[in-house]
Amino acid sequence: MIRFTHVFKEFPRTGLALQDVSFHVGKGEFVFLTGPSGAGKSTILKLIFLEERPTKGEVKVSGVSSVTIRGRDVPKLRRKMGVVFQDFRLLEDRTVEANIAFALEVTGAQPSAIGPKVSRLLGQVGLASKATSLPRELSGGEQQRVAIARALANDPVVLIADEPTGNLDERATRGIFQLLRDINASGTAIIMATHNLELIRRAECRTIEMNHGAIVFDSAEQAIAYPASGGDEA
Amino acid sequence: MAFKRAPVLSLLSVTTIAFSLFAFGLFGLVALNIRRQLNQLEDRVEIRAFVVDGTNAEATSSALGDIASFPEVSTVKLVSPEEALVRARRELGEFSDVFEAGILPASIDVKLKEGYRDPATVASVAGRIKNYDFIDDVRFGEEWVQKLYRIRTIATLAGAVLGLAFAGVAVIIIGSTIRMAVLARAREISIMRVVGATDGFIRSPFLIEGVLKGTLGGLLALLFTYAANSLIGKFVFSAEFFDAKYAIGGVAAGALIGLLGSAFSVGRHLRDV
Repeated sequence: MIRFTHVFKEFPRTGLALQDVSFHVGKGEFVFLTGPSGAGKSTILKLIFLEERPTKGEVKVSGVSSVTIRGRDVPKLRRKMGVVFQDFRLLEDRTVEANIAFALEVTGAQPSAIGPKVSRLLGQVGLASKATSLPRELSGGEQQRVAIARALANDPVVLIADEPTGNLDERATRGIFQLLRDINASGTAIIMATHNLELIRRAECRTIEMNHGAIVFDSAEQAIAYPASGGDEA
Repeated sequence: MAFKRAPVLSLLSVTTIAFSLFAFGLFGLVALNIRRQLNQLEDRVEIRAFVVDGTNAEATSSALGDIASFPEVSTVKLVSPEEALVRARRELGEFSDVFEAGILPASIDVKLKEGYRDPATVASVAGRIKNYDFIDDVRFGEEWVQKLYRIRTIATLAGAVLGLAFAGVAVIIIGSTIRMAVLARAREISIMRVVGATDGFIRSPFLIEGVLKGTLGGLLALLFTYAANSLIGKFVFSAEFFDAKYAIGGVAAGALIGLLGSAFSVGRHLRDV
């Protein structure tokens, strides 16, 4: 479903961010993307999301190639993906339900369908009682749940999470991770960039480790569930 | 939408647009009044052809018909010696008693249409009139016409250059105000993109907002200009105000600047992020 083929990405100011990256993520997979800061994790997520295009090579998402896609078709492709960030990116002046509804409104959903869908999403992330709260009235974990609900609004086939637990305490981290597992169990693929090795070790999911813009380890290719030494690698 | 979410910023953009257009409007008023004064002066450009004494009435009246059919000519009038005397007395005031009836010749007075009052055209019409045998002398204040025409050319050029400069400044100021409004909503725009909103969808509220702000700014500017004009009229001298066509044009220009400024600012923002 997501395929990187010999992808290079060079930024004019900072130089080479990715070199010769190739991997494939199948439908319904749960993949961790890890590695030190500046290793290229975020660049990979941006390429999946088509916020950036590769300098060389090809990124294919849902059968659409980064080489041939036209600019105006990018929004349509993005609707098949949900994105969650470390800093939540909620609109501070709108209620929780308005934040979620926003994702449906801007993609032209039927107005009559928005209300019920928002309620269902709030229930799914466990925030049914907070519908009318403002983001600042919520804890970090709750705000991230709102962001996840918003990311799920357009029924994405893949959820991309960039350090979603980076700002959260241990307990909230576990809660968010469990939520992501539940979402994954219902068939949505998840690609999660994280520094949290403890989480990776416990989860036993596929892990791709990056360093200096290259993949240095992919547990799927090693054909091992997860190496015991994983915790020392970052 | 923005007026509700960011009232201070919106008010600021509207006032900025209003003042930029106000400055442009004041300049426009000055230019307009100078032009009208010059036009009034130009209205006085006249060719006076003196008729030889004793010319028969038939010849002059046929010449009048001919001259009236020149494409440059707006009016032709025959001034009899008696009328010439009355006019001379009126124009010379206290020296009026120096004239005795009969010393002034009859003349054909010709006024030219607007757009045909430049020195070359005036001289060419005068030359054609002089070709009649019964015309003694033709006068049209050659030097005066040339000077007036030069002033007019300078005023037009200066007006165009200054006007363009003022308009340019207004566009830049308005563009930056709108850019500020766009930046203030950068977060909202980035989220819209993340959830898959099309650029057109993101752009449209800004364009509507730009037109609204531009129109409001234009109306305010018109009001300010009108107030300034009335004040000047009351205390300094009376000046003419824009007619409806110009006033509507000014407000429409405000709306257009608002629209273009928004389109430019949002477009740049969408390309940059």
